[in-house]
Amino acid sequence: MTRLSGGLIDRSQALSFTFDGKRYEGLSGDTLASALLANDVRLMGRSFKYHRPRGVLSAGSEEPNALVELRSGAWQEPNTRATVVELFDGLEARSQNRWPSLGFDALAVNDLLAPFLTAGFYYKTFMWPKGFWEKLYEPAIRKAAGLGSLSMQPDPDAYDRGYLHCDLLVIGGGGAGLAAALTAARSGARVILADEDFRLGGRLLRETDTLDEVHASEWISAMEAEFESLPSVRIMRRTTVFGVYDHGIYGAVEQVSDHLPQPGDQVRQTLWRITAKRAVLAAGAIERPIAFADNDRPGIMLAGAMRSYANRWAVCPSETVAVFTNNDDGHRTARDLAAKGIQIAAVIDVRPEAKARGDYRLIAEGMVTGSRGRLGLTAIEVQADGKSEWINCGALGVSGGWNPNVHLASHHRGRPIWSDDLQAFLPGEGGPSGLLPAGATTGCFSTAAALRSGAETARRALQEIGVAARLPELPRAEEEGYKIAPIFHVQGRRRAWVDFQNDVTVKDIKLAHTENMRPVEHLKRYTTLGMATDQGKTANVTGLAVMAELTGRTIPETGTTIFRPPYAPVALSVLGGGDTGPHFRPRRLTPTHYWAEARGAVFVEAGQWMRAQYFPLAGETHWRQSVDREAMAARSGLGLCDVTTLGKIDVQGPHAGEFLNRLYSNMMATLKVGRIRYGLMLREDGFAYDDGTCARLAEDHYVVTTTTANAGLVFRNMEFARQCLWPELDVQLISTTDAWAQIAVAGPKSRALLARIVDGFDLSNEAFPFMACAALTVSGGLRARLFRISFSGELAYEIAVAARYGHALMERLMELGADLGATPYGTEALGVLRIEKGHAAGAELNGQTTANMLGFGSMVSQKKDSIGAVMSRREGLASDRHRLVGLQPVDPAGKVVSGSHLFAEDAPHSFDTDQGWITSACYSPHQGSMIGLGFLDKGDERLGEVIVAANPLEGESARLRVVPAHFVDPEGVRLRE
Amino acid sequence: MLMPHPLLGLRDAREFSYLGDARLLDRPDPNAPDAEAAFCDYVFLRDNPAGVHRELWFHEQGDRSWLVVTRDTVTHEVLGAELARDVALARKGSGA
Repeated sequence: MTRLSGGLIDRSQALSFTFDGKRYEGLSGDTLASALLANDVRLMGRSFKYHRPRGVLSAGSEEPNALVELRSGAWQEPNTRATVVELFDGLEARSQNRWPSLGFDALAVNDLLAPFLTAGFYYKTFMWPKGFWEKLYEPAIRKAAGLGSLSMQPDPDAYDRGYLHCDLLVIGGGGAGLAAALTAARSGARVILADEDFRLGGRLLRETDTLDEVHASEWISAMEAEFESLPSVRIMRRTTVFGVYDHGIYGAVEQVSDHLPQPGDQVRQTLWRITAKRAVLAAGAIERPIAFADNDRPGIMLAGAMRSYANRWAVCPSETVAVFTNNDDGHRTARDLAAKGIQIAAVIDVRPEAKARGDYRLIAEGMVTGSRGRLGLTAIEVQADGKSEWINCGALGVSGGWNPNVHLASHHRGRPIWSDDLQAFLPGEGGPSGLLPAGATTGCFSTAAALRSGAETARRALQEIGVAARLPELPRAEEEGYKIAPIFHVQGRRRAWVDFQNDVTVKDIKLAHTENMRPVEHLKRYTTLGMATDQGKTANVTGLAVMAELTGRTIPETGTTIFRPPYAPVALSVLGGGDTGPHFRPRRLTPTHYWAEARGAVFVEAGQWMRAQYFPLAGETHWRQSVDREAMAARSGLGLCDVTTLGKIDVQGPHAGEFLNRLYSNMMATLKVGRIRYGLMLREDGFAYDDGTCARLAEDHYVVTTTTANAGLVFRNMEFARQCLWPELDVQLISTTDAWAQIAVAGPKSRALLARIVDGFDLSNEAFPFMACAALTVSGGLRARLFRISFSGELAYEIAVAARYGHALMERLMELGADLGATPYGTEALGVLRIEKGHAAGAELNGQTTANMLGFGSMVSQKKDSIGAVMSRREGLASDRHRLVGLQPVDPAGKVVSGSHLFAEDAPHSFDTDQGWITSACYSPHQGSMIGLGFLDKGDERLGEVIVAANPLEGESARLRVVPAHFVDPEGVRLRE
Repeated sequence: MLMPHPLLGLRDAREFSYLGDARLLDRPDPNAPDAEAAFCDYVFLRDNPAGVHRELWFHEQGDRSWLVVTRDTVTHEVLGAELARDVALARKGSGA
């Protein structure tokens, strides 16, 4: 058809687009839905369950039917509502849920099977055999009852996240919202006005009423000009506020470039987190249909939507239309369409007292009882005065009344309240505090009332936060009344749709009633009423009304389901923002990262840290070759490893020693200055928590280390102890993990290397023995800390310098140690070295082991209190006889697998006979076989015994010999040399 | 959610880590005869009221203050926040 007169479209700017591969033309200002209607396309989709032909029902974000797929390739986006898609040149759209074509859909056979596909059919029909549900029935049903499809490719678009603060957030840019924003803007308050549409004005754009005798769009333009001149006002078009969160925080999605053929260098959408002192909810109202037989044919739409298409977009789905209404508003549609030259076949009003508002045929006290037209409406059946007639028309506007859009006001479990006058729910008590509804959302349906309500509500909201605002002079506007009869559906034998998107009919609700699924939450889940992507915006109240009628209760007694965010569908991509791929979480790089990278290191993630795992050399084809070489270098010569990631916490103050006494199970206050002690922390429940070293640099200054994994948690617990448990102690903490680069220098030649770098510092065993620490300088004045500690069991040191010198220190050590065979090693070799030495690590300190099990029982001081000391002595923990042991295969080629369970030889492998488990295992180049660490019942008394390690996952078991956990230098001679 | 930090004003709740019941301030006397039973309660038993609750929050992405926050767990209304250190010192001072 040709366009009607008027409309807010730019007739000079034609836009080309395709739908199901066919090329069409629309105009700038169109939505996809209005452009399709302008091209006589009424059939836009197939229904979810019965594959019924469907056309557009609404002209807004509440649309249940016209869901389409947009774009192609990786940009393909399913389930987009054609009513909110802003047309652009080159837009590609496709219909969904049909095969082979929208006009002929093979699965429309489902419609004939409808008697078997009633509410809950899948619970009843697909019960046997049991295993078939998951494997056969559910996938088949999901395939048949589908929406759009995903591209299955990574999302190529960029997304962002933003934070905004304001005094007043105005949600909705219709008459009430504009009046609210105007009131607040003139008071000087910081205002954000958000509207989901690409054009401000809301309902004002869709009516012909004038404001001060001019078209509403002129008044809107003046408002926009004033707002744009004020720096305190931010207008956000294409922005949907989708949820209200605690303490005045609102979630909103801005469609930044969805309306452009290519996003260019812009993000596609932005997730806004808006913190507002107050908000005005001017979200308007949503019309609901009246359910009658076969009310879902393309061409049957909401009367208000039909008026919107005519007034804003200058389109009408047919040249002959009828209107079916139970309220005054339906007559406005007839009036406006008639004024545009559309033939009004009839207006059917259920009310006996109905009056025509123009020159058209009025059928008062009438009902629409049926419809015809396979892929589009051709005629409706009307009953009045006990007579039935068929009226030819290509479109029918239906108005069952307007539902104030109470969604956001009902978040936080706000309960809407029923208005008998409006036959609709209004915002009730208990909703989000600080959110004040206004305009049509509060039932002010006339333009004049909405404007007043917006201004007054904004003034009230600002008053609550101490801002004085004056009511602006508002334009004169229509102030018509609104009367409605409580008719929600027409009785009949044929199916009458309530929820179009999920194919829920009046019959389904009756069935739910018969089967006692009567409470609203049961009704919802049994019939799936309101559970589609539109959340039943056009369906829920009608559904409740039908159930209320069946149970003989009132609608408020029947109640509503809970409203939850999001108000409209939100893409998961925008919730993720830019946090994808490598940006998913921060990556921490060690000071020697780029040095290691240049040497071809293979990296491994350790929490947020990237650590060098091993450093392959030319000719090494398997990681074990590199790791064995690195471990042997540290044992026999010289190895270097970046250990910066270990947590480092500076503890200072007169009570530092006493504080650490209470944190560690062993004594720390007695540690001499210049010395280091191994420390074990327990949790308050008595289990082992974390270990590390405490170095005393001065009387009132300790540096403690934690494991890499627990660095943050231990620091948090230490702050808890300092502030919450013992605030009387004078002690201060700071995490210095990132401040100091720390490099382990391990191996018999480590002293020789360090002697080349320290500034006149005596490294002899007498002057600087095992477990000594000192502050010193290296390389001619660089401040450093030196710790003589050993994780490998060899003569070893750890040297720390300011993080920015870490890279240079590593280079210097490698250069000076070249003739000593200096070899960098990574986390794999580090693991091998510590297993060979029998040092506990994360696998042994997993939160389920005790100091006794680790062989540190005697470390838990009985002379003092410390965190976990009391509980470590309780029954069950103290009596656990598992002990850390070393394990070696009897057959040197045998495997040791961590996670294996330990059994006595010849014992059955069962829970009752289980004697322990293997925590760590590796190939030991030093031993020439695999080795392991594990906890074995009475392990300390069973050295030399042969046991069996069972690995039922792989159906394997191995004979292992129980040995001391120290495979290397059990007497600890080497590290003390 | 927003937390009224006693030193820093309103701060986003996402800057904080949550621990739970502020009774964790009351670590039992380890030398009392019933210490083990008292620690058992302290470690394992928490109140989980629907309504006003005093709980510990750690300003981990901020100034590292531990706070005692009074919050209505039903409405999420935050009724106040104090430095846990001040609360703990006051209790020790009063001999409680």
